[in-house]
Amino acid sequence: MTARIGVVTFPGSLDDRDALRAVKIAGGEPIPLWHGDHDLSRVDAVVLPGGFSYGDYLRAGAIARFAPIMTEIIDAAKAGLPTLGICNGFQVLCESHLLPGALIRNKGLHFTCVDQRLRVENTKTLWTGELTQGQEIVIPMKNGEGQYVADDRTLDELEQTNRVVFRYIQGNPNGSRRDIAGICNERGNVVGLMPHPEHAVDDLTGPGTDGLALFVSVLKSLVAA
Amino acid sequence: MTEPTTATDTVEHAKTQPDTDQPYAELGLKDDEYDRIQAILGRRPTATELAMYSVMWSEHCSYKSSKVHLRQFGDNAPKTDVLLVGMGENAGVVDVGDGLAVTFKVESHNHPSYVEPYQGAATGVGGIVRDILTMGARPIAVMDSLRFGDPENPDTPRLVDGVVRGVGGYGNCLGLPNIGGEVVFDPTYNGNPLVNALCLGVLRHDDIQLARAEGTGNKVVLLGAKTGRDGIGGASVLASATFEDSATGEGGGPSKRPAVQVGDPFTEKLLIECCLELYKQGLVTGIQDLGAAGIACAISETAAHGKGGMHVELDRVPLREASMPPVEIAISESQERMLAIVEPGHVDEVLDLCTRWGVLATVIGEVTDGDRLIVTWHGETIVDVPPGSLADDGPVYERPIARPADQDAIQADTTKSLQRPSTADEIRDTVLALAASPNLASRRWVTEQYDRYVLGNTVLAMPHDAGVVRLGDDTDRGVALALDGNGRYARLDPYAGAQLALAEAYRNVATTGAKPLAVTNCLNFGSPEDPEVMWQFAEATRGLADACRELGVPVTGGNVSFYNQTGATAIHPTPVVGVLGVIDDVRRHLPSGFGTDGDVILLLGETHDEVDGSEWAWVTHRHLGGKPPKPRLDEERALARLLCRAAEHDVVTGAHDLSDGGLSQALVEAVLLRSIGAEITLGRDPFVALFSESTARAIVTCRDARVDQLLEYAAEHEVSVARIGRTGGSSLQVHDLFDIPIHELRDAHEATLPRLFG
Repeated sequence: MTARIGVVTFPGSLDDRDALRAVKIAGGEPIPLWHGDHDLSRVDAVVLPGGFSYGDYLRAGAIARFAPIMTEIIDAAKAGLPTLGICNGFQVLCESHLLPGALIRNKGLHFTCVDQRLRVENTKTLWTGELTQGQEIVIPMKNGEGQYVADDRTLDELEQTNRVVFRYIQGNPNGSRRDIAGICNERGNVVGLMPHPEHAVDDLTGPGTDGLALFVSVLKSLVAA
Repeated sequence: MTEPTTATDTVEHAKTQPDTDQPYAELGLKDDEYDRIQAILGRRPTATELAMYSVMWSEHCSYKSSKVHLRQFGDNAPKTDVLLVGMGENAGVVDVGDGLAVTFKVESHNHPSYVEPYQGAATGVGGIVRDILTMGARPIAVMDSLRFGDPENPDTPRLVDGVVRGVGGYGNCLGLPNIGGEVVFDPTYNGNPLVNALCLGVLRHDDIQLARAEGTGNKVVLLGAKTGRDGIGGASVLASATFEDSATGEGGGPSKRPAVQVGDPFTEKLLIECCLELYKQGLVTGIQDLGAAGIACAISETAAHGKGGMHVELDRVPLREASMPPVEIAISESQERMLAIVEPGHVDEVLDLCTRWGVLATVIGEVTDGDRLIVTWHGETIVDVPPGSLADDGPVYERPIARPADQDAIQADTTKSLQRPSTADEIRDTVLALAASPNLASRRWVTEQYDRYVLGNTVLAMPHDAGVVRLGDDTDRGVALALDGNGRYARLDPYAGAQLALAEAYRNVATTGAKPLAVTNCLNFGSPEDPEVMWQFAEATRGLADACRELGVPVTGGNVSFYNQTGATAIHPTPVVGVLGVIDDVRRHLPSGFGTDGDVILLLGETHDEVDGSEWAWVTHRHLGGKPPKPRLDEERALARLLCRAAEHDVVTGAHDLSDGGLSQALVEAVLLRSIGAEITLGRDPFVALFSESTARAIVTCRDARVDQLLEYAAEHEVSVARIGRTGGSSLQVHDLFDIPIHELRDAHEATLPRLFG
């Protein structure tokens, strides 16, 4: 039996279809979830996809964080549900305080879409088990508000507890503190990152297939569990 | 809702007070047009009717100066069986096989983008996306063709920054990949940039929706954003008039900002998803987007194209400002709105579905069995007209035409007298100078501001010759799209210039391995009231129609943008042409560059001494004169067939078209795509070989084992072919001339736009 991976559609979610496709390619059963529901449909893991939920008008992720389904997701994530936030989803996780810090406007003030090289810093999370420590991967990055910031104490703590999951290499595209591209919570079940692994699952349409590992990782961890 | 405080000009009022002075000239109507309205109605129009006629009969909405010329695209069209919907609808629909169809169209938003670059460009994208949605299609990609003034002009950075952010801001937030287009600089566009936006949509054959109001008693439902005071008179005051003077900012200045619409891509995203679900559930019988001329246009067009009449209660329209009078409500161009025709039994379901998506939906009227379009305001009739008189029976002008007085002189001023580079060093410097010139330099600074990945079906995007998208997860079928134009060529010879724009887009599509099928166009010209501009327009449309017939690709729709001028000076005539092609298996697409070491590089097509109007003449001598390269349509067709066949049978590994900057620029771009060098040997006249812009040419790469097959195909298609070198190494090397390391090429090519605008 394969695992059920939910992907939430908020108003303004854009990469929800891509995330569902990535789950399918990785071998999981993709389950669309609706922001207005209180029902997680018995999913084994959940992805908060990229996009501009609620137009990002107040602050990226700030309104989506109050969507009905987030009540369930916040509780379930705290209880260990594997949860991945990509781009806007990462912003929602920070706004929900499932992850520390915040994402602000890129240093250059422009929206930037590039094939980004990352270094894998933590393979102990539920979403990175199939990657190797120090591995370099290339996945697309595209955002206007991707600069990760937090106070020094938080950053130090993230480093000391090995919670930096991905770091930008060969250039920091948005001014993120300590080149941070993705982080996780203490348990390692909640991961957020700005780049888009769901856009690197097929050689035809992506810069490669490095992103697939995140989806395969969670499926394997669920089978093992 | 409160009653209006000032008296409303009703039909009754218009009858009893026939002699009221009306501001028709300020609204852009001529004396005889005003007389004609009175003749149609048998009385003076009410204020709301007058406003509606002024926008519907504007150049922008009525095509009154262009209509007689545009007919050629239909009358002279090539025989084809791929068009499911032809010209005249919101966009043409093309059969691409397997029950799938695509719809695509390009449209201008030039004047709004000059007045307010961010919103002008953003709503240009939003508007064309709604056109595609109206056909019943899911929008799946956008492209844009942008032209700005001299990069050194102090106003250019403001426009570049705002327009690029606007295109990106709207398209990115809407979740549509931007897969290509152009960015061109020329002093002719100082004070009048061109912003042409294209959208592509996909649908199944039986999903086609039509913009018709039919079925007496069916409800007219307004979907989407509330109506506000933005974009009042956008079609008439802004799009159909000339900017007076750029020096003082008069005409195009801040005073016209209220005529520019303000975009909200988030609302549009919800509107798209909501409409697609309405279609899927079969809940609408007709649909129309609200663009230029707003409600006035949507109700008159749907009523005119269906059977029967329509009654609209304008006071039901949800407003951003309660104080808006009916005149403004009727013609406001507030964005993100659609008009649906719904059977009474489906209204509740429609409203429920809209609530689910957070889309405002309001019943504002119904289809009647009469033949009049009646609009009421709190029970009083303020519009009572035959809908066709607004939508279809506007004035048609056969404008006077005169060949420009300087046309002979400019054609006689050829590049013959210009100094050509002759030494090896001079040629090396010229290659680098072209690679770094604003029109040929890397577009990365622009294209990195656009999302090209969203939806997960982008196979090729910038900097490839054409964008290629797969049409869905469950198919390998895809389409290629290219958008090209060259105002300088068209200035030298508008007939040839339009053909060259088509030829380049056609060739760009073919270099990806796709078969060109259909055409859209955006014709950007000066004032139609200037006979010399009208001559350019007549020549360009004739040239384009002739070339479409010869290449066998029909025009499916498009847009005309006149009045692109400041004072008496018109822009170069700038026909921008989009070509769509189909590729049965996107996995066989060709990249437009070198992919591996050791491939043989071959040049397809013939090179002539054609450098008039070229990038070389402009970059090194600031010269524009002579005649553009000759359109060679037979050769283009043969080349395209050869490229498609070679791609289908895996004979070539890559293909790149030769156009602006000639072979020199094509080699630079092919090398830089994946940082794979090349060793090239040229014939006797390296200058012509490198910098001529002769058409119907491409470079291809081929593994040794496949070269004979390619030569055989080339012979069959009668395309001349020359082996010019081999890929590999870390430089672009041309024997006996130069050896430029890749990093030096890259520095030259990529530094320019960030230096100018970053």
